[in-house]
Amino acid sequence: MANATLSDLAESASISSPPSTMEIAKDRVFRGLTRGFAWLTVLVVFLVVYEVATKAMPAISEHGFRFVTSSTWDVQNEEFGVLPEIWGTLYSSLLALLIGGFFGVSIAIFLTQDFLPHRVEWAFKNIVELLAAIPSVVYGLWGIFVVIPMLRPVAGWLHENLGWIPFFKTSLSGPGMLPAALVLSIMILPTVSAISRDALSNVPRKLKEAAFGLGATRWEAIIGVIVPTASTGIFGALVLGFGRALGETMALAMLVGNSNQMSLSLFSPGNTLASLLANHFPEAGEREEPVLMYAALILLAITLLVNICGAFVLKHASARMRGATK
Amino acid sequence: MNTAEIATEFSDVDFPRLERSLRHPRTLFSIVLSIGTGVATIIACVPLFSVLIMLIYRGGKKLSLALFTELPPTAFEEGGGFGNAIVGTIVIVSIAAAIAIPVGILTAVFLAEFGPQSKTASIARFCAKTLTGLPSILAGVFAYAAIVLATGGYSAPAGGVALALLMLPTVILTAEESMRMVPVKMKEAAIGMGCTPTQVAWKIVLPTALPGILTGVMLAVARAAGETAPLLFTALFSNYWIFEDGSSQVMEPTASLAVFIYNFSGMPFENQIEMAWAASLILVLMVLTINIIGQIISSRAKVS
Repeated sequence: MANATLSDLAESASISSPPSTMEIAKDRVFRGLTRGFAWLTVLVVFLVVYEVATKAMPAISEHGFRFVTSSTWDVQNEEFGVLPEIWGTLYSSLLALLIGGFFGVSIAIFLTQDFLPHRVEWAFKNIVELLAAIPSVVYGLWGIFVVIPMLRPVAGWLHENLGWIPFFKTSLSGPGMLPAALVLSIMILPTVSAISRDALSNVPRKLKEAAFGLGATRWEAIIGVIVPTASTGIFGALVLGFGRALGETMALAMLVGNSNQMSLSLFSPGNTLASLLANHFPEAGEREEPVLMYAALILLAITLLVNICGAFVLKHASARMRGATK
Repeated sequence: MNTAEIATEFSDVDFPRLERSLRHPRTLFSIVLSIGTGVATIIACVPLFSVLIMLIYRGGKKLSLALFTELPPTAFEEGGGFGNAIVGTIVIVSIAAAIAIPVGILTAVFLAEFGPQSKTASIARFCAKTLTGLPSILAGVFAYAAIVLATGGYSAPAGGVALALLMLPTVILTAEESMRMVPVKMKEAAIGMGCTPTQVAWKIVLPTALPGILTGVMLAVARAAGETAPLLFTALFSNYWIFEDGSSQVMEPTASLAVFIYNFSGMPFENQIEMAWAASLILVLMVLTINIIGQIISSRAKVS
């Protein structure tokens, strides 16, 4: 009768037992379900591309490639072109990357190379990360009422005295490229600094100790050894920061000026693809809608390309780092 | 030999000096760069404090109970509030969370537990990473094409779908990360007891990883609450309450704090601009509170 008592015990689940048929069935179903959800995530990406592309189809067949090279936006005569917007998107993002990248990487170095006590490092890290928590629209509001008034005298002086340089050719009348890029650089700063910090803190300690052992000063070790080792990761951070900047909408819609022109000047108003969408979509008529979808498709293509590049660079960087520590 | 003798013996040997003068160019270079990066770090903190000070200064003086209970003012009207926008934000973000959290966590269970090395997992992970870089306005364009055009009107659910798309990658990636932190020994013990992988996931992995998952969810919710661009043409805006006279206008245009700020910041009236500042203050307080709750949950989990 020993067998019976054992199976009794097993049924009352007071000792461990192999899974019952029911449990195995449940397991199969649940695992299948989670696999299904994983595929759903993949499907979502395709769905986004598909929806935007099909809605843009009429405009693509009508306007073709001329859409990318022309620079008029005339709803009445149905003439559309997004060259100024593409230019504005790339120009503002590049400016933001210059400023945000410089500060982001400096911060990452400063916060990983034992300059500060750990508590202070932690506090700075959190302050920089809080920058990401402020909604974009609040930055836009802040930009209108704080950054633009602050920049106006500086821009005026630069235009008066150095107006012959293309960057200062026009005066700052209000919204413009520079205030937009400045706010944009603040918004990408947390991304750049967080990812570069990861890359820098993954550099094996031994490398730095070896550099110190050879008599390097702190900065010789950083510039000669640590930054080159982490360079792929830092580059990935910059690419992802650039991708973030390309797609930022609200701050630009509020600060860039929404003017359909191309200029090298930092103070002239411009436009970006994202802010074009934000400004025109809500009141788009039937004729304008497919055209805006076309613009959205271009933005989607640019940002996906940049972000996938960034992801690949980072993947490569972490693979290299694993090799280095082994 | 005592110490004195050693000292005299080696007195004429020229040892390399181990310390460098502060005026030595290499040292100077190091000091200048240290100060430079320190200053850069402090400068980077200035915008945050500037934003917070402006919010408290310009938004704080407008604070009153009426802001939460009244409807937005019309052109020349004084006073007013944005109660409907607060309710709208909560409704839209709740819809988004109801979609993104289950999908995200179940995907993460698959990525972390059932097939971490599988082809499905690597494709899904890659897609999730791609989605993190999706500009928020494109989430709006998608929801417009897929929901607004299909249902025939701007609505809170359309806004919710757009925000869910933005929350999804954050939920997936943070949940996967925290599930991977669960010690393998705990899982092995459960398997040794005869648990199926599903039981391991439900009884061991999910409860242990819960704080990390919650942190990710909080971050995603905070981000969604502040998003404006995707709501501009999915939920649009409304000057009325979403729930009124017992009936709900969920399928109608819905107000949200973020769009309220955008609409009012461009108006030429002093009262409206002050309202935009006050709404920003409330929105930032909401977002920061959710963020800080997330931080506290995750730091508690690390201690225990």
